Amino acid sequence: MAYIVSPNPHIHAAVSTKKLMLDVIIALCPAAVVSFLYYGLGEIAIMAFSVASCVVLEWAITKYMLKRPSSTGDLSAIVTGMLLAMNLPPTCPLWVVFIGAVVAIAVAKMTFGGIGQNIWNPALVGRVFLLVSFPTYMTDWTVPAGFISSADAFSGATLLGQVPILGALEADKLVSLHTLLHNVGGSAGEISALALLAGWVYLLVRKVIKPWITLSIFATVALVALVFHAVDPAQYTGPLFNLLTGGVILGACFMATDYVTSPMGTWGGVIYGIGIGFIVMMIRYFGSYPEGMSFAILLMNTAVPLLDMKFHHRKYGRK
Amino acid sequence: MSKITFAIGGVHPDDAKLARGCAIEVLPLPETLYVSMAQHLGAPAKPIVAVGDSVKTGQVIGEPGGFISAFVHSPASGTVKSIGPRKDLAGNPVTHIEIAVEGDEWVEGVDLSDTLVTAIPEDRAAILDRIKSCGVVGLGGATFPTHVKLNPAPGSVAECLILNGAECEPYLTSDYRIMLERTKEIIVGAAIMQKVLGGCRTVIGIEENKPEAIEAMRKALSELPYSIEVLPLKKKYPQGGEKQLIQAVMHREVASGGLPISVGAVVQNVATSLAVYEAVQKNKPLITNTLTITGNCLPVEKMHNYLFRIGMPLSYIAEYAGGVPEGAAKLISGGPMMGRAIANLDAATVKGSSSILYLTAESTKRGKESLCIRCGRCADACPMGLEPFLLRKLYFAGDVEGLEANAAQDCIECGCCLFSCPAYIPLLDHVRQAKGMAMAAIRARAAKK
Repeated sequence: MAYIVSPNPHIHAAVSTKKLMLDVIIALCPAAVVSFLYYGLGEIAIMAFSVASCVVLEWAITKYMLKRPSSTGDLSAIVTGMLLAMNLPPTCPLWVVFIGAVVAIAVAKMTFGGIGQNIWNPALVGRVFLLVSFPTYMTDWTVPAGFISSADAFSGATLLGQVPILGALEADKLVSLHTLLHNVGGSAGEISALALLAGWVYLLVRKVIKPWITLSIFATVALVALVFHAVDPAQYTGPLFNLLTGGVILGACFMATDYVTSPMGTWGGVIYGIGIGFIVMMIRYFGSYPEGMSFAILLMNTAVPLLDMKFHHRKYGRK
Repeated sequence: MSKITFAIGGVHPDDAKLARGCAIEVLPLPETLYVSMAQHLGAPAKPIVAVGDSVKTGQVIGEPGGFISAFVHSPASGTVKSIGPRKDLAGNPVTHIEIAVEGDEWVEGVDLSDTLVTAIPEDRAAILDRIKSCGVVGLGGATFPTHVKLNPAPGSVAECLILNGAECEPYLTSDYRIMLERTKEIIVGAAIMQKVLGGCRTVIGIEENKPEAIEAMRKALSELPYSIEVLPLKKKYPQGGEKQLIQAVMHREVASGGLPISVGAVVQNVATSLAVYEAVQKNKPLITNTLTITGNCLPVEKMHNYLFRIGMPLSYIAEYAGGVPEGAAKLISGGPMMGRAIANLDAATVKGSSSILYLTAESTKRGKESLCIRCGRCADACPMGLEPFLLRKLYFAGDVEGLEANAAQDCIECGCCLFSCPAYIPLLDHVRQAKGMAMAAIRARAAKK
């Protein structure tokens, strides 16, 4: 009888890429379901189409171009598809969604070698490509009919988009605790801060991610807004407004924490989070776009190799 | 809940101490014993008997082959049948003395009674000499000659003797059983070592998944006149690693390449302490140890903790216990995290043998390797604070300088990185190679000076 002979360790924690990705999918579900409720069948179609496009594209690229076994079994293409859909307006035409998926999977992910190899978050590259290529579709914030009607919906502009129209003082008043529950108007996934945070807490409890990146983004956004708001409240919106509007929560909880494109160490992650929080606030206050979460994360993705070189784990027995 | 544990990394495998309830049984002698001359760290022992010689139990049959080496004694009485190479656990040829067992007639001067001897000899040199002549080596895994470790170089002072009763490896229960059944002997052994080291603070560290052992130790200590404390430790692997235990107990870290004594620490396993007791108080050489038969394809009633004699083939013990169970795909000597896969079940037990562990294919199968997703779990798990993902890259790039700068040489090969990797990348395999490269560079530089 021959027995297996191999070096230690002989057991495994039974964690796998697939299980981790499944946890991320589960964590995204509350926010996805809320978006379905408010934006209806159209949003369900966008989500299904985005996920299907991403999975089929990755499968086709591995099979026909890279000629290696398909990696779709790790479920990461599903995560990218979900995140892409959640970063698009609920009115986005499906052919635009497909172009986003092509850019996310084919350009941002597979060109670099697939999971783990890409520099930038694939879903965000897809979204930003669409934003600069199809601004009309990407900033159409009309609220489609959903299963739940939203009486307080604005048509035509997001809360962030209200700032130049109403001024910071009036815009600030639009944000209340109510916004935490549902914030109709904007990218589909941004609708419920509470649902997103519930998913984030799930990821923390399951030990899929650590809280430091997300918390440092929140803290920096709040701090920058606090300082500017204190200096000139008529010009600059306050901390609560900036935390609850736009993509800060979606980005901080699910996009900035992407393993592949974030630093490995705790302190690198904190600096990365501070960078994201600072850049998004600079874009919001001084940039020509009302929102800058995608740009902020992508810019800090670029800095990750440097942060990883600088910040290492504390080593035993070394100063 | 104890909060005392090491500060960096660590993992929490299921402890699976399935054989914890099995009292120690004495194995009968087989017809033939094969005594290895390489049962300890350092130079192999040199046989000092010839084929045809009659030997008694406890008689010296191998003497130290260098400064770091140890005596080897005959585990039974009988006749030397052959001396020559025989395959060890991994299948490598090692010099063994084959003894045809005729009985169990001991050499003169060994106290074979069960009486507890608590009076510790006064003469430090005599104690050390006894430990050396009885062939005592560290039984926690490294099998480093104990008399060398208890005799620090002039100038270094032992501030704390740590008795390692962590037994952090899943499945293993031999240390647990001796802590329950040989409690007072272990404590006297610790007191002897404490005396040799000049009366330093002495702590018995036990993970709190063994409350009965903690309780037994505390009770025994209250009945004995020594100044020794029991320290319950949080359950975390690799708590029993020397450097990790020092960090947990003393909040000090041994510098890279340094010895524990450089921070005033001496770490000895509880089984070593028992061997020290038997050597010093009973003049009994180290020819026995405790071994666990366990696994996840074995019903609990077929599990055992055995007192074995060195030289018993593993196959003899496995057979005596009822044979290799159905469904066992991998046989391991030691724990599932750091133990070695048994390539040759006919290999003889050695002083440091601690188990025969049977694992199913399902539980020990390495998943299919996929791409690194940069989750950082390997670095979070590493108790030395290394970054296995980075060391692996540097290793493939052949960057020896980078490996050294990122402390590849500090790897303790505990297996936490591969255990934690969701992409099933054989991290420890690569880091072990990387460590070899870094160590070679360090040695080459030292040789030039």
